[in-house]
Amino acid sequence: MQKREKSVRDLKIGESGTICCLSDPEMSLKLLEMGCIPGTPVKLNSKAPLGDPITIIVNDYTLSLRLDEAATIKLK
Amino acid sequence: MAELIHPEEKIEVSTSVNKPITKIALIGNPNSGKSSLFNQLTGLNQKVGNFPGVTVDKKTGICQLNSHQKVRIIDLPGTYSLYPKSLDEKVIIDLLYNQQSDLYPDLVIVTADASNLKRNLLLFTQLVDLKIPAVLALNMMDVATKEGVKINLEQLQQDLGVPIVPVNARNGSGIAALKIVISQQLQAPKRSFFKIPENLEGLVQQIRQYFDLETDYLAWHFAHQYQNLKFLSETDKGFISNLLQQYEFTSNTLQANETITRYTQINELLLDSVRVEKADNNEKFSNRLDQILTHKVWGYLIFFTVLFMMFQAIFAWATYPMDLIDAGVTGVNAFIQERFDGPLISLLTEGVIAGLGGILIFIPQIAILFAFIAILEETGYMARVTFMMDKIMRKFGLNGKSIVPLISGVACAVPAVMAARNIDNWKDRMITIFVTPLMSCSARIPVYTVLIALVVPEKYYLGFLNLQGMVLMGLYLLGFVAAVLSAWVMKIILKTRERSYFIMEFPVYKMPRWKNVGLTIIEKVKAFVFEAGKVIIAISVILWVMASYGPGERMAQVEQTVQQQARQNNWTQEETNIRLSSEKLESSYAGVFGHAIEPVIRPLGFDWKIGIALLTSFAAREVFVGTMSTIYSVGDSENIKTIKEKLMTEKDDAGNPFFTPARAFSLLIFYVFAMQCMSTLAVVYRETKSWRWPVMQLIYMSGLAYVCSFIVYQIFK
Repeated sequence: MQKREKSVRDLKIGESGTICCLSDPEMSLKLLEMGCIPGTPVKLNSKAPLGDPITIIVNDYTLSLRLDEAATIKLK
Repeated sequence: MAELIHPEEKIEVSTSVNKPITKIALIGNPNSGKSSLFNQLTGLNQKVGNFPGVTVDKKTGICQLNSHQKVRIIDLPGTYSLYPKSLDEKVIIDLLYNQQSDLYPDLVIVTADASNLKRNLLLFTQLVDLKIPAVLALNMMDVATKEGVKINLEQLQQDLGVPIVPVNARNGSGIAALKIVISQQLQAPKRSFFKIPENLEGLVQQIRQYFDLETDYLAWHFAHQYQNLKFLSETDKGFISNLLQQYEFTSNTLQANETITRYTQINELLLDSVRVEKADNNEKFSNRLDQILTHKVWGYLIFFTVLFMMFQAIFAWATYPMDLIDAGVTGVNAFIQERFDGPLISLLTEGVIAGLGGILIFIPQIAILFAFIAILEETGYMARVTFMMDKIMRKFGLNGKSIVPLISGVACAVPAVMAARNIDNWKDRMITIFVTPLMSCSARIPVYTVLIALVVPEKYYLGFLNLQGMVLMGLYLLGFVAAVLSAWVMKIILKTRERSYFIMEFPVYKMPRWKNVGLTIIEKVKAFVFEAGKVIIAISVILWVMASYGPGERMAQVEQTVQQQARQNNWTQEETNIRLSSEKLESSYAGVFGHAIEPVIRPLGFDWKIGIALLTSFAAREVFVGTMSTIYSVGDSENIKTIKEKLMTEKDDAGNPFFTPARAFSLLIFYVFAMQCMSTLAVVYRETKSWRWPVMQLIYMSGLAYVCSFIVYQIFK
């Protein structure tokens, strides 16, 4: 794995990507259960007033998570 | 069939009815309509308790299936999978994996949100693999249809292998059909979704044999979660642990693989039965609303306005029903006292009824508060608040989710401390629990109300801003600031390596379900009246005794002395009586008690009467007003007066009004900070499993209260 891969954190509001893999084993269990499966399209939906946390749309529903957590969802 | 559970064989002794009641567990994702369905099935037939050994709320209810059959429904905490992430969710595995448990269900009803089937089915497929007879209650079909999702139910039912009942938990349609389905003897599902990896089959078989388990999948969960299963002995755990080492079992990776496999299967399965035709409308509407409600400026402004309205409502609206209740209690007391006399009547009116009035009068405020909280949760707005607050709260060592316990804390610290179970991270959770009691709970409202009414004029600004309401809000803010600052200090002191996370579903906005709001209000008011009520009445009675009797011959001596003085100074009968009763109170047990602690509280501006109230209200703050009313009604010749009036006429030694603003504010500040609630301390002990936390809380909060009161009184006097 390379150092600077694109992750959900790098998306702009309204921009989409496809999940490639999850880089944090501990956090990935929770994310997988919530439907962040490799190969699934994901869209950055909005950011909290202070820029963190963010909401993403995955599997047709909205999920909120922090920027640090979003950074572990790598994109293709 | 070996998997089938025969309800008749399981419980015979516990029920006197011929037919044992079938136990049905209700399980599903958060926001899938589980609670609404529970309310639809059971109505007012509910009971709230704790799961055995833990303090997580357990709701059970009786559901009348038809004229001759009843079932018990157990509402489980919402979860996304059978691998629990929070303490709340751990309850589920205790229940489903232990067939000896009293609550082990004969059947599970899985609720699923039809508009988000994919994720909802993950939990469903796990349950199916456990081979417990199951029904899928497919909720929110209307939403799904609106969003252009078409579900072929017949096909889906065939693919899943269990009965599917479309329901609408909001308006109750489909509930009758669901009742018919569960009244039949259902078989365990035949289909299975997950295959144990081949290299681990040996491991699973050994566990299955050792514990005599019904399915491979249950054994698989034993392997993953043995450390969380309370019913296993240390030897059992050791056995599993050894096996795992032998097979090089890597729980994380295996769980991840399992989840991915399940999703792949669900995706394939849904290809047959679900068709999406157009983009979702509701989501768009929610998004547009979010642009305003979570806006940088508007978002916080709106949140602040909502909170402000809540406190205005509690203060302004509640006064009407409260006045009615007050007048009613006073009327009853007057009625009894006019007709009867004697110590027993005195005990009844001044002890029991006065105490009862002290409880009943706060029902309107508690009801309004919980109505607000329930509506905020129901609409999905609470999740937005969490979202907006996370970054700020994190700075103080809390977490966006801490806002829920903190806000619930304004109702009562007891459920609020329990609500902190949603926070998965240990440190965030401990800090939240530690600071939550600083939030001004409803038990402080009585004290605030009486003292504010006493010293803050009832003025209106701009026609609707009530000055008393604003002072009340100020006190709440003070509690909040103290909580947040204390959290920040704790963040520095506490050290841990565990990470905190904030991955949660963002629900779409919905109209609140009024039935749910109503049931929440009833539940909370009931809890207040019965839980707090018991303590309050008991203490009211004890206080009446303490205030009416004194040690040795002192009461008689007082009587003689006063009569003598009366003759010397030519007092009227009325003057003599007032003097007599206040002197009597001072020499009663209560007076002795109050005098003993007076030196300690004098620097705060308090006298021995307040001292008595402080000590008794240590059990629960609500007692303060009851105590004050008991003390003053005993000390006053006219018993039937509102507490406010009683306090207003109170004079100090020099004949000036006793309740000066300095005294009242000092007392208010004391009540903002002091830890005066046995139940909270008990709950904190249960939740943290150690006396360290409640003891620290007691010392910290009492110290804070004393110091702040001292400063306030010394400045303002």
